[in-house]
Amino acid sequence: MSILAAGAEVSTSGTNWLAVTLFVGFIAVTMGITLWAGRSNRSAADHYTGGASFSGFQNGLAVAGDYMSAASFLGIAGTIALFGYDGFLYSIGFLVAWLVALLLVAQPLRNSGRFTMGDVLAFRLHRRPVRTAASVSTVVVSTFYLIAQMVGAGALVTLLLGVTGTTAKNLVILLVGALMIFYVVIGGMKGTTWVQIVKAVLLMAGTTLIVLMVLWKFGFSVNHLLGQAAETSGKGAAFLEPGQRFGKVVPGDGTQTMWNKIDLISLGLALVLGTAGLPHILIRFYTVPTAKEARKSVNWAITNIGVFYLMTIGLGFGAAALVSRTTLLRGFKTDAAGCFVDAKGAPLGGSCLTDLGAIPADLKTALVPVDPSGNVAAPLLAKVLGQEFAGETGGTILLAVIAAVAFATILAVVAGLTLAASSSFAHDFYANVLRHGRTTEKQEIRVAKTAAVAIGAVSIVLAIYAQSFNVAFLVALAFAVAASANLPAVLLSLFWRRFTTRGAVWAIYGGLGMALFLLVFSKNVSGATTALFPEQDFAWFPLNNPGLISIPFGFLMGVLGSLLGRDKQSEELYPELEVRSLTGAAAHGATAH
Amino acid sequence: MSALDDRPTEVGPEPRLESTHDRQVWNRVNASPEFQELRSRFRRFAMPVTVAALSWYVLYVLLTAYARDFMRRQVFDNLNIGFVLGVAQFATTFLVTWIYEKHSTKTLDPLALSLKASTEKELDR
Repeated sequence: MSILAAGAEVSTSGTNWLAVTLFVGFIAVTMGITLWAGRSNRSAADHYTGGASFSGFQNGLAVAGDYMSAASFLGIAGTIALFGYDGFLYSIGFLVAWLVALLLVAQPLRNSGRFTMGDVLAFRLHRRPVRTAASVSTVVVSTFYLIAQMVGAGALVTLLLGVTGTTAKNLVILLVGALMIFYVVIGGMKGTTWVQIVKAVLLMAGTTLIVLMVLWKFGFSVNHLLGQAAETSGKGAAFLEPGQRFGKVVPGDGTQTMWNKIDLISLGLALVLGTAGLPHILIRFYTVPTAKEARKSVNWAITNIGVFYLMTIGLGFGAAALVSRTTLLRGFKTDAAGCFVDAKGAPLGGSCLTDLGAIPADLKTALVPVDPSGNVAAPLLAKVLGQEFAGETGGTILLAVIAAVAFATILAVVAGLTLAASSSFAHDFYANVLRHGRTTEKQEIRVAKTAAVAIGAVSIVLAIYAQSFNVAFLVALAFAVAASANLPAVLLSLFWRRFTTRGAVWAIYGGLGMALFLLVFSKNVSGATTALFPEQDFAWFPLNNPGLISIPFGFLMGVLGSLLGRDKQSEELYPELEVRSLTGAAAHGATAH
Repeated sequence: MSALDDRPTEVGPEPRLESTHDRQVWNRVNASPEFQELRSRFRRFAMPVTVAALSWYVLYVLLTAYARDFMRRQVFDNLNIGFVLGVAQFATTFLVTWIYEKHSTKTLDPLALSLKASTEKELDR
């Protein structure tokens, strides 16, 4: 791991045993909760929805715990810490998105479905084609998200624990994978929900603590905090303005500047429209007994998520103000001899430069940061604050606490994703497509659990394989696919009488296919040093996020497919769907124990 | 609990079979003035507010991309217009959530509940 040598000195020194202890503690507590939750699981409803018996408040916390991924906690804090204002865009998009879920999706979905997103589509459409499509897109979206989280977990946990090496990373990925399978298989929705509730409380408490410390340091003046952040970042006022990260202006290249700005809009759309189409979020609305409780869940989720994202200002700008930029980037890549290298791995400037301070300014831009996205900004900030308040020990303690919060964050999200994907496979594909609805609950649950193990195992293997690649784009992509494939299908199914089976199938496969197609030919995959395959170049699509094209395309396919023919059953059942979705008549309630 | 609750989500191959009686009940309730009122109350709020909130967000994104001179204008010391508008997005999201909750509990829930009760009674008959 000599390539990380320069980074090692600015990260943790040695194994942080307190962090290890807290990790083990969290694992022990959540395994205990899972075993307890699993004991009362009997029916399919128990496994899929925890018997729909959570309160709106509990589910609101769980929704927040399911939604705020490591990409939120560490990714947004890192983006703000390195790029200032632009990191804010993620926070805002991720929050405003909840209004679509609140106003259009949560209650009708709760009233007209039971276990999965596919339930709502199958209500009035031909179930085999739409459930197959729903299952495919659920598994694709969830797996993308899952791999991104697990690769992040491997890199992050090894760093926070102060251990290095590929074997350690692989072991962490294996551990995270094994735990999420355990939560889902043993605890079902009930166990997973409680893990998410515990995580949400830890995340809110940990973040509040850090942000209060940051604010205290700056006399509770956001103005002073921003001023210091602008100064420490070395970018001055520009740090507090748009354009450091997204929609970058490239001097002398008007075309690239134009695409960068359009890409910013594309990302913004994917963020705001993706949430209401994320399968692991949608199935959370089934865990409460009524639509009113589903609405309350969203109210509580918006409260928690909103407060959290507001606090990312404190986390991100706090890190920018109090931690040096080189430290946030965790240093720059070097070769085995300790010489700084460029993006191709060749020694910088053709000679061996080992002193960062002695590198001429024109060469500095060629340095390769160890962590270009600043993923450990929040833990590093915690360490600095701890040191400030209570010396070296304080630093170790606070770092350990925040590292444990990050660990909990990742585990709760991957468990939710595994549950969503396995439920959709078992309920949509196995029970209703393969078995034509003729199966017993026992069989269906067994398939759901097997699917959880299989999806977990595949994700572990893919994540281990994907470690050396740059997979950071996968989260934004999951949002784009959710917005392009799932959202059109769900909205048109709930609100358009003329919607047909063909429309739903076209919307899902069309939106999903278009998003993936554009992705393959974007600079995420080839044609850039940061791409998945930096050596190849077959990129022609100028945007990094496909949303701007694929989201309207998904809706268009849904409408076109429907206008090409009539679906008698769909139109006949629409009055019933309307009444059910708005009144909750004959909806599945909580199961009594 | 109505008898429907015990029905599996779906039984047998499509299409979903349901008694003519149930179908008539659903259609009758859908056509009733009470339900039409509920639907229009729901749509009159949810649709325009969603469009407004998304437009307001898209406007913010567009300003971020294309009106940088405007966004960097100073409001107070280090706080610029971009920052203030960003925080305003949080404020409007909270506000819409709060107003929708008021709207729901006052004008949607009571009507929905009474329709739910009467519909389920008719279905059981």
